[in-house]
Amino acid sequence: MANLMSRLKGSDAQPQMTRRGFLVSMTAAGVAFGFPQASNAAMNPAVPDGTPIAPNGQPFEPSMWYWIDAEGQVNVNIIRAEMGQHVGTAIARILADELEVAWENVHITHVDTAEKWGLMVTGGSWSIWQSWPVYRQAGAAGRTALIEAAAAKWGVDASGLTARDGAVTDGTQSISYGDLVAEGLDRSFTEDELAALPLKPHADLRLVGQDVHPLDLDTKTTGQAIYGLDAKVDGMVYGVPMLPPTRYGSKVNSVDDSAAKEVKGYLETVVLDDPSGTVPGWVVVLGKTLHAARMATYEISVDWTAGETADVSEDDIQARSRELIASDAGSILHTEQPETSAVFDAATETLEAEYTTQSVLHFQMEPVNATVFQNADGIWETHAGNQWQSLILPTLSTALEVPADKIVMRSYMLGGGFGRRLNGDYIVPAALASKAVGKPVKLVFSREEDAQFDSIRSPSVQKLRMAFDDAKAVTGMEHHAAAGWPTQVMTPGFMPKGVNEEPYDPFAIDGADHWYTVGAHRVRAISNDLANATFRPGWLRSVGPGWTNFAVESFMDEAAHKIGADPLQFRLDHLKAEGINAGSAPNAVGGASRQAAVLQRVAEMSGYGKTDLPEGTAIGIATTFGQSRTMPTWTAAAVKLAVDAETGEVAVEKMWLAFDCGTVVDPDGARAQCEGAALWGLSMALHEGTRIEDGKVIDLNLGSYTPLRMVDVPDVEVAFVESTEVPVGLGEPGTTVIAPAIANAIFNATGARVRHLPITPDAILAAKDS
Amino acid sequence: MIKFELNGRQISVDADPDMPLLWAIRDEIGLTGTKFGCGIGACGACTVHIDGTATRSCITYLADVEGLSVTTIEGLDEEGKHPVQEAWRNLRVPQCGYCQSGQIMQAASLLQDMPNPSDEDIDAVMTGNLCRCMTYPRIRQAVRDAATAMGGSDNG
Repeated sequence: MANLMSRLKGSDAQPQMTRRGFLVSMTAAGVAFGFPQASNAAMNPAVPDGTPIAPNGQPFEPSMWYWIDAEGQVNVNIIRAEMGQHVGTAIARILADELEVAWENVHITHVDTAEKWGLMVTGGSWSIWQSWPVYRQAGAAGRTALIEAAAAKWGVDASGLTARDGAVTDGTQSISYGDLVAEGLDRSFTEDELAALPLKPHADLRLVGQDVHPLDLDTKTTGQAIYGLDAKVDGMVYGVPMLPPTRYGSKVNSVDDSAAKEVKGYLETVVLDDPSGTVPGWVVVLGKTLHAARMATYEISVDWTAGETADVSEDDIQARSRELIASDAGSILHTEQPETSAVFDAATETLEAEYTTQSVLHFQMEPVNATVFQNADGIWETHAGNQWQSLILPTLSTALEVPADKIVMRSYMLGGGFGRRLNGDYIVPAALASKAVGKPVKLVFSREEDAQFDSIRSPSVQKLRMAFDDAKAVTGMEHHAAAGWPTQVMTPGFMPKGVNEEPYDPFAIDGADHWYTVGAHRVRAISNDLANATFRPGWLRSVGPGWTNFAVESFMDEAAHKIGADPLQFRLDHLKAEGINAGSAPNAVGGASRQAAVLQRVAEMSGYGKTDLPEGTAIGIATTFGQSRTMPTWTAAAVKLAVDAETGEVAVEKMWLAFDCGTVVDPDGARAQCEGAALWGLSMALHEGTRIEDGKVIDLNLGSYTPLRMVDVPDVEVAFVESTEVPVGLGEPGTTVIAPAIANAIFNATGARVRHLPITPDAILAAKDS
Repeated sequence: MIKFELNGRQISVDADPDMPLLWAIRDEIGLTGTKFGCGIGACGACTVHIDGTATRSCITYLADVEGLSVTTIEGLDEEGKHPVQEAWRNLRVPQCGYCQSGQIMQAASLLQDMPNPSDEDIDAVMTGNLCRCMTYPRIRQAVRDAATAMGGSDNG
């Protein structure tokens, strides 16, 4: 937005307007039978063919984020991926609110990649937080320009005019935005002017916080929403991968496809040559149909030399984490007082515990897939759902050996993101196969291949320690956490440095740097090199906070019990808005006091502490700050559950959650995200978890991998604190509190302290006996 | 050539009779509302109706539907206004939406077989359909709402 001015370019020149020219949307059979044609684009999820609206006449484009046309229609450009959060609707309403247009005139376009958009990433629960200031300012710029245009037209002072519902008025006369646009607008703002634009006071917000029907929702009830798996390109062939025995380092010695030649529709087998090193040792089998390619794989034998991690097991990885924790390895985070040896030396009593978590699969519903081809203009097009275009584009450039500006990534709905599609590695083999055979290739992974190739949530080992003085006051705490580091493997430039100048993956340690005041506080993040070599660690819904908070919040319970304190009061006593935990504007106003408030809220909602529950039934609590200290979403949960004394089976009866996320932009969407995130937390606590054996995950499909299903879903009650603070993220925070609340409830119900995820009935029975 | 009825029309498909019905519908016929999730009939994303019965199309051979009547999400209601679809929109069930074609087809079949399902009935039937966004609480309520709209007694 450096040059915020009206750009009255012909819309024909815009790449998204010519996009459909590249595509052929129908199959021969579809034509023959006259069925409605599926489209290939998901740029505008509100309509079945995905086509963005075209402007009527020359649109006014106050910034690159949107235009308004002569009919007053507004098209908002969305750089975020739609994966269930209705993100385009939320962002468009932020803009429309400031712009003062009626919601029925607002449309969205999920744009293709282009350098002008800057960083394209949808993750970290960042979308609303990051979009809020940008789209508000953009909307205010348009409103200001249109009011000024009306003032000039009427020869009056702009200060006496107001805008509302897509029209400017001085109280007696009125003119629509569309009419102003039709007459032509030319207005530019300097950076300073832009920054000084008046934003509406919170009380005047008309769309933010109100109920708005999501633009992407209706096509998701009719089968018309368009996902990567639905992409079609004229002349494409289908590919399926044959995965090497290890994620890295495998080499193809020979391929024998002689038997496959009998398979009708089999085309050829390609051994990929990957200059980017993303998919070493890969083989892709091509067919006229997906079925043909799949059947051919059963007839093809590939001889590989496996990489060095072919024998690695989950136990090996966890043993390596323990070895690293026992060493001086790792990065020490910037806490208020990271040096703890003195307080532990002086401690009257100490508490120490180890927490471990197993590997977890994303298991997003749509197995990864990608369709790639070089179009008539020589541009490589990728057609796939993706969460971090800016991350994979340079890799695709290396793989295809073309400049990044010769590649464009098209937008599709994601059949689940959850962080899996932050890592676009699945696009690379499709691109390489297309390049190798000179045809469009649609590469579709089977579920088993998707699981084997998943960027899993790394297994983790954490050691926590706490020091107490002779008055049982907490004087220090240590948190040592070792796991595979997604950020180190995929984008090391994103890693900040600790006090010892060592870089760390914030996504693998966030949460350990909590808002409790505990005196000296040492947080050490350790990268597990064996994990990083064996698999590609992934960002999985909440990433590190999914395991760090399990440890912190279980440990806080243990600490309270150790000194005979009530776990609720113990937490509240240490959530003090002082020092480093006082909080600061704009994102963390109020600091630890807001975390204390949501914790008290769930305690009240759940009746935590009540004594009239049946034998074996109890409520446990936990509280977190969502994803990170830089963007705290104040979060708390209480879980009521019953443990079967004989079998150790856990039945979760109800979950209560309270959030303070600042301003709630989309109330119903916020609730949906929090319900979903909380149930993910439940699923990972009790129902999921896999293991690495022989260098690979052992659970590849639903026969043995058992995510939460309807029959085990408890009531979920979600409350939001009313607030006018900066809106922060909600996609992940609900995930972070459930596992520790469950572990604490199990302790309250049975006296069994479980310190490993997933929690199994056997582990509960064993802990009870010990 | 395999001949069957699809969404009320007689069609014939020239493809490998062993091709899963899912891929015949999606890639040969071009109706992509039916989704691929697991390939072993365990997630429900590929659910269609075969002669009125909810069936996993990923483990059904094309040859198996010779002479039968198949309905996909596109054919559930011409205007997309089946009471189940209406309930799904009213409660804003879908998040990513990928599993929802299968969820809706399963729910429509459930209500045809059991116009007045108990909560236990809903859980027992719908538990076969995985939703990774965890929209389960809303699915459960939407099935109840659709039952009411379709004339079953209010059991919510």
